[in-house]
Amino acid sequence: MAGSIRILVNGAPREFAQAPTVAQFLDQLDLAGKRVAIERNGEIVPRSRFVEERLSEGDRIEVVVAVGGG
Amino acid sequence: MNAPDQAVARDALVVAGKAYRSRLLVGTGKYRDFDETRRAIEASGAEIVTVAIRRTNIGQNKGEPSILEVLPPSRYTILPNTAGCYTAQDAVRTLRLARELLDGHALAKLEVLGDAESLYPNMPETLAAAKTLVAEGFQVMAYCSDDPILARQLEELGCVAVMPLASLIGSGMGIINPWNLQIIIDRISVPVLVDAGIGTASDAAIAMELGCDGVLMNTAIAKAKEPVRMAHAMKLAVEAGREAFLAGRMPKKPYEASPSSPTDGLIQD
Repeated sequence: MAGSIRILVNGAPREFAQAPTVAQFLDQLDLAGKRVAIERNGEIVPRSRFVEERLSEGDRIEVVVAVGGG
Repeated sequence: MNAPDQAVARDALVVAGKAYRSRLLVGTGKYRDFDETRRAIEASGAEIVTVAIRRTNIGQNKGEPSILEVLPPSRYTILPNTAGCYTAQDAVRTLRLARELLDGHALAKLEVLGDAESLYPNMPETLAAAKTLVAEGFQVMAYCSDDPILARQLEELGCVAVMPLASLIGSGMGIINPWNLQIIIDRISVPVLVDAGIGTASDAAIAMELGCDGVLMNTAIAKAKEPVRMAHAMKLAVEAGREAFLAGRMPKKPYEASPSSPTDGLIQD
């Protein structure tokens, strides 16, 4: 599909129809509004940049949450 | 409030300039469900609770609440940990994500493991991570071995608390080496908290009687038959141990018995 890109999300490849912003990316993964932190190619993406920052082909994205732990 | 209760209230644990009434810190792992987690942590009276940082399961558990909804940061001081990290680099990366997740919150628990069997800390990596994290403005509470020199090095690097193990994580073996702990307590000026190895209430009380500033535990509560009840027991034990430490125990006199009742006025023919 023209314009579609591949992004590695938490270690697994995923296809997106077109390069999404971080906000759109979270929306498509049903994570909008959830308390998550995002790392893009090893760098933190601050929440304040979710709307403007656009992902690109081959990006390595980590989406993390807090879980129970000791 | 009567006088001893007021004394307990005044005797705050101060970490990185913030005062806490409770000297018991608890983990939030290994519980049956979030309801049990919430009830146990409430019963423990803990104000500082640890959480782990993990990849989210995309497309799974959509409706499930997050631990931060069960234990809201408005009520608890959330202490993100680096459990499962084996290098300084991974630990630093994890805590940068945690800080973003928790809106810039700087307090963090550093633990860098040395091997998966013992979960013993890798101290060279822990020291390296502590150095980077302190430089980046984190307030580091460092899980460490009970080596007094390494504990001092963590303090010198700027850690806000050192947290030597009592025994291996999740082992419930209690305080294996009280003498090393004592040396650390005597020589370190930042708070010293025993982290890992507590099995039951008496272990926590002994840690506090030695002069520890606090105790951090998870499995001892979560894997008790009745976690909520054990959480309450731990609260009492930490308070009792602290009070005993402050009260100052009587000297041990192994070769000298001394009756508690008067020796004169005995009824005799």
